[in-house]
This record gives sequence, structure tokens and C-alpha cells, in this order.
Amino acid sequence: MNTNISRRNFVKAGAVAGMGLGLAACGGNSGSSDGSSSDTIKIGLMGPYTGDVAQYGLACRYGAELYVKQVNSNGGINGKQIELDTQDEKGDATEAVNVYNKLVEDGVVGIIGDVTSTPTIAVAQASVKDNMPCVTPSATAADVISYGKNYFRACITDPYQGKLMADFAADQGYKTVGVIYNQGGDYEQGVADAFIEEAGKKGVTVSDSEGYPSGATDFNSQLTNIIATNPDAIFSPNYYQDDGKIVTQARKLGYTGVFMGADGWSNIVGGDEEYASAEDLEGCYYDCSFVSENEDEKVQDFIKAYKDEYNDTPSNFCALGYDAAMILLNAIETVEKDGKATYGSDDYKQAIVDAVASGTANGVTGDISYSGTGDPVKSTLIITFKGGAQEVFKTVEGK
Amino acid sequence: MRTQPPALPRFYWTCVRERKCCAVTILTQVLNGLQLGSIYALVALGYTMVYGIILLLNFAHGDIIMVGAYISWIVMSQLGLNPVLAIVLSIVGCAGLGVLIDKVAYQPLREAPRMSLLITAIGVSYFLENGAQLVFGADAKVVPEYFDLPSMSVGGVSLSANAIITIVVTAISTIVLTILVQKTKLGKAMRAVSEDMGAARLMGINVNNTISFTFAVGSVLAGIGAVLYSMAYSQATPTMGIMLGTKAFVAAVLGGIGSIPGAVIGGLLVGFAEVFVSAIGLSVWQDAVVFLLLIIVLVVRPTGILGRPMTEKV
Repeated sequence: MNTNISRRNFVKAGAVAGMGLGLAACGGNSGSSDGSSSDTIKIGLMGPYTGDVAQYGLACRYGAELYVKQVNSNGGINGKQIELDTQDEKGDATEAVNVYNKLVEDGVVGIIGDVTSTPTIAVAQASVKDNMPCVTPSATAADVISYGKNYFRACITDPYQGKLMADFAADQGYKTVGVIYNQGGDYEQGVADAFIEEAGKKGVTVSDSEGYPSGATDFNSQLTNIIATNPDAIFSPNYYQDDGKIVTQARKLGYTGVFMGADGWSNIVGGDEEYASAEDLEGCYYDCSFVSENEDEKVQDFIKAYKDEYNDTPSNFCALGYDAAMILLNAIETVEKDGKATYGSDDYKQAIVDAVASGTANGVTGDISYSGTGDPVKSTLIITFKGGAQEVFKTVEGK
Repeated sequence: MRTQPPALPRFYWTCVRERKCCAVTILTQVLNGLQLGSIYALVALGYTMVYGIILLLNFAHGDIIMVGAYISWIVMSQLGLNPVLAIVLSIVGCAGLGVLIDKVAYQPLREAPRMSLLITAIGVSYFLENGAQLVFGADAKVVPEYFDLPSMSVGGVSLSANAIITIVVTAISTIVLTILVQKTKLGKAMRAVSEDMGAARLMGINVNNTISFTFAVGSVLAGIGAVLYSMAYSQATPTMGIMLGTKAFVAAVLGGIGSIPGAVIGGLLVGFAEVFVSAIGLSVWQDAVVFLLLIIVLVVRPTGILGRPMTEKV
């Protein structure tokens, strides 16, 4: 066992070293070609491609690479090919800033990234001085966009989802709603707080709000309290494994009403496991930006292209990576067509930032535009369950 | 919207002022407490059995339950076989695993200091958790319902069939176990070994077999616990045994480790404490309250509620 592991580590280390050399060589090459011409547009792509959160980084990367490949095969932008400078930050904030500085040295004119919230905040702080146009596919922390006007995100935030679902509850005519959420999670707490606040404004009574600690498996006592208040619906904005247990236990306690959730529900059915039965989920709702059951043409085209390229079904993160690349490249296209700013200059970067802020992208996770901040104004899907399958109930326009 | 008062006043608010705390809610919460407490009691019985005989805190006990839950998942979800077979295989598998762990990990250390045994138990626990993660992955697996039993409604109280089965099975297990230890020859051998291993050996008792039998009994309880747990919470994860095992350990110590009725009382106490804390809106504190209960008992009555006072040599 021991020798095996060390041998594997050795091979891994060797491979990493080899890749490092390869990258260094690439960097050197592109550096020398840079000076001679600007017949390519160089943008950075960063994220965690090794380590604990590599799954998210890689998913975003595959999505972004697919979009860039599609643009390049259609002749690029203004006749110029897009060149991706891809860097691994290993999920670490310090490493992320190093990677960012490397990208600046390499002369990129925009960055797709970072992926998770903590390193993205570090990069956002570092990027203000360069006014570097950046689009993060997936970092939801509020801080990310607060340091400068150059940082944008493609995803919707936790509070946005809470507000959206409270509005939806009001639209559905629910008078009283119970809430159950993981008090040990930033995501769950963020969505639940915003939901409760907005519900109050919309005249939906939160009859009971119950928290539970991370890792809990027994929700019976909280659910008993909620059910005693006889709500029209229960809002459970948690991750799908907890949501599955909550729905199942509530049904056993005799609750027959509707459940609502947020995008943490995305894998509750349709993956390797069904976390709640079709019968228990019938007529429940949750919001999300991307679901493969969406019959929208551009979504289905994306899923097909992704399958052709990687032989795999794209996740929400792949779709966000694709859209982040679209947002940035749309802006670059606007600037290139305009033709006023010199490639790589400060004016060029400012022009890209302005173009992102005023532009639109018809992404696979929704129609995206910006209104004065780095948070997107974006359409969101409400998903419902019918006979064990998910379908789009309606599309809520962004505001 | 009325602003939500903080937790304890909120309890007063909803219960007393708004009279929402009707009998139905209280009865349902009592039933919730009984169900959760019964599962803890059953697991605590396994701890107590093994500790009573060889003074070993078998920290792998919770992880044996985890393996039992995965066996049910494999049999029903992967192989699509009969639920009854799943129940039988889970219990037999757990019993076999318990005996195997004893033979491989604990038997070579019979004469070693107790600390070595304890550390080995922790090692076995880690081995099982990480082994399961390697084989099954970190994602939760869904154990299908064994039987599709409807909930009954009696006077507005929704009685889940699972809760009733859990409570009844635990009660029967406790009675059978008491008879086994007090009235049978094997039980007599177990009690003899726990009194004095050397003297028992001189009296012609096969100590190793008796200990293995104890492990088998303890692990059968773990297997039953795995089935009841899967029935109630329907998901198997590699780490599910950690918290369950720790809480059941607390229950066993609370009741007086080594005592069968003590384990049941301890289990029910822990279950009720958790449900009560959640019911009054302080659910984030439920783990803290359980461990606080342990500290109080250890300070006031170190041998637990039903434990025999004894001089400790550790």
C-alpha cells in the first residue's frame, strides 16, 4: 500500500513537473510571437484544476474552452484567433494572485475566472489596479464585485435566489410558508434570509422558520413544528442530499403540500441516485439557471456540442463557464469592431469593461446583461417535477 | 410581518400565547423522540455488550452500521433483490464483519494493555470509513424503502409505520438480549468472562469463543440498527457511523456502560433531548446539549445512571 502510494505520487509529481516545463515552454513561445503581431487576442482562463475543488474548476474550464473553440472555428473575432492562457490556481487564494500576476505579465486583455469565492475575492482585489476585465463563471460571494468596476459574474447570487423564490411563492398565491434550512451553511442561510425578508414585503407569512445543524439526518422535530402551523408550502433551500431526506420525512409525517427549493436541488433526481421518490416530489418547485431538460434550442445545441467534444453531459458549472466566455468575448468583439483602442492598451481594457457593462449575452444559463453593477440581470428557470421527470415550469425574466 | 422573537421566547410565543402547541404536536414530537431514541438505544446496546465483556470501547461499532446500510443498498438498489433478503443479509453481514474484526484486529491483543485495543478500534473505524469512501464514493447512496407502509392517522397524530416498527423492534431486542445474558448458558459464560477472564478459563469456558460470540451479538444489533436507520433516514454515506456511534456511545455512558437497561434509558434520553432541543427552536444546539448531558452525568454520577460503582484502574 505504502509503496504503491509513493510510486503513484512520484509519477504524479513527475507529470506535474513535465506539465510545468511544457507550460513554461509555451509561455516562452507565445511571448516571442506576441511582439511581432497582434493577429491573436489573448485572454486568461484560471481556476482550480487540481486539489479539493478541482471538479468545479475543470467543469468551468471545459465550458469556456468549448465556447472559445466555437468562436475560433467560425473565424475568430475581427479575423483574429482567440488564444487561451490557461492557469491552475489549485483552489488557493495566494496561488490565485500569483497566477493572476502571471497572466498580466503574459499580456492577456481579459480573464475568465476565478471559480470559487475565496480565491476570486483575492483576484478581484489584485485586479483593480490593472483595471483588468474579468468575468467569474461561478463565484457567488457578494464581495467579489465590490472592489472595482472591472469584475463581473455570470451566475446569480444566493440572496437573488431567495428573493426570486419568495416572489414566486407570492405569484403562486401561497399565503403561509414554512422554511427549513441548514444554519451551518453560508449558501443555505443566504438564500433563506433573503427569502424571509422578501416574503414579508410580498405579504406571504412565514409561519415557522426552523434551522438545523450541518450533518443532521433527522429533521422530524423541525418538520413537526412547521407542519403544525399548516403552511401552504415549505421552502427548503439546501443541498439535494438534505432536501431529499427533508421531503421524504415530511411526507411520512403526513405533509401533502408543496416544497420549494433553490438551485441546490439540481441533482435531486436524474443522477446516479434518486434522493426522493417521484411521488413525494410531484408538483414541487425550485429555481436554477441550467437544466439539461430545458428544451430551448440554444441549450440543446450546447449540450450536443459538449457531448461531441467531451463525451459527457455538461453540468451547471460547464454552462456557466461557457457563458462567462461568451460575455467576455462578446465585449471584445464590440471593442474590436469599434476599432478605436489599440490592442492591449489601458483604453482597450477600459473599452472591454464598458462593453461588458452595456452588452448582452444570450447564454445557455439565461439572457445576461448588467445594470450598473457586476451582478447579472438574468432570466432564471423555475423547474417542476412531473411523474419523476423534471421540466421547466416557467422562465422568470431578470430584474 | 410579525418579527420573529428569539428561540426560547418564541417557544413561549407559539405555545402559550398563540396556543399552537396543541396536543397533536406534542404527541408527534414524543413519537419522534421515541423513534430517534430507540435507534440510539439499539446502537448503545452493542457498545454496552462488548464493553461489558472485555472492557473495550469498540469505536468501529458505528461503522459496522454504515456497512450494514451499504449492504441493504447493494442488495436492493444494485441487485434489485427482495427487501427481506436485504434485511437478512445486512444483519448477517454485520455479524460476520463484527466477528472478523474481532479475529483479525482484537484477538491478537487479548493480553495487551487496554490502550492498545482502544487505539486498534479507532484504526479499524478509520479503515472502514475510508474503505467505504474508496469503494462507494463520498456521495450519499439512497437505500430504497424496504416495505411501502402507509402512515396511519390516529386522532390527528400521524403515526409513521417506520417509527412504530423501530420502537417495537428495539423493545423486543432488549428483552431477547436480557434473556440471553441472564438465563442462558452462553449468557452465563459471558458474565463469567466479564467477571474474571482467567478464572473463567480455569472453569473450562472457551474465552475466545465467548468473546467472538459477544461480538457477533453486538454486531447483529448493529445490523438491526442499520436496517432501522436506513428505514428512517434512507441514505448511506461513508461517514454516517461517526456521529451515530458517538451519540450512542454517549447514551451507553449516560445509562451506565455495561448495563443493558442503562443503554436503553441512555438512548431514549439522548433521543428525547435532541428532539426537545429542536422542538423549541434551538436545533443548532442539539449536539452540544447531548454532550453537555454527558458532562453533567460524568460529574454527578461518573458510573452513569444504572452503572455499578466500581474502582477504576485506568
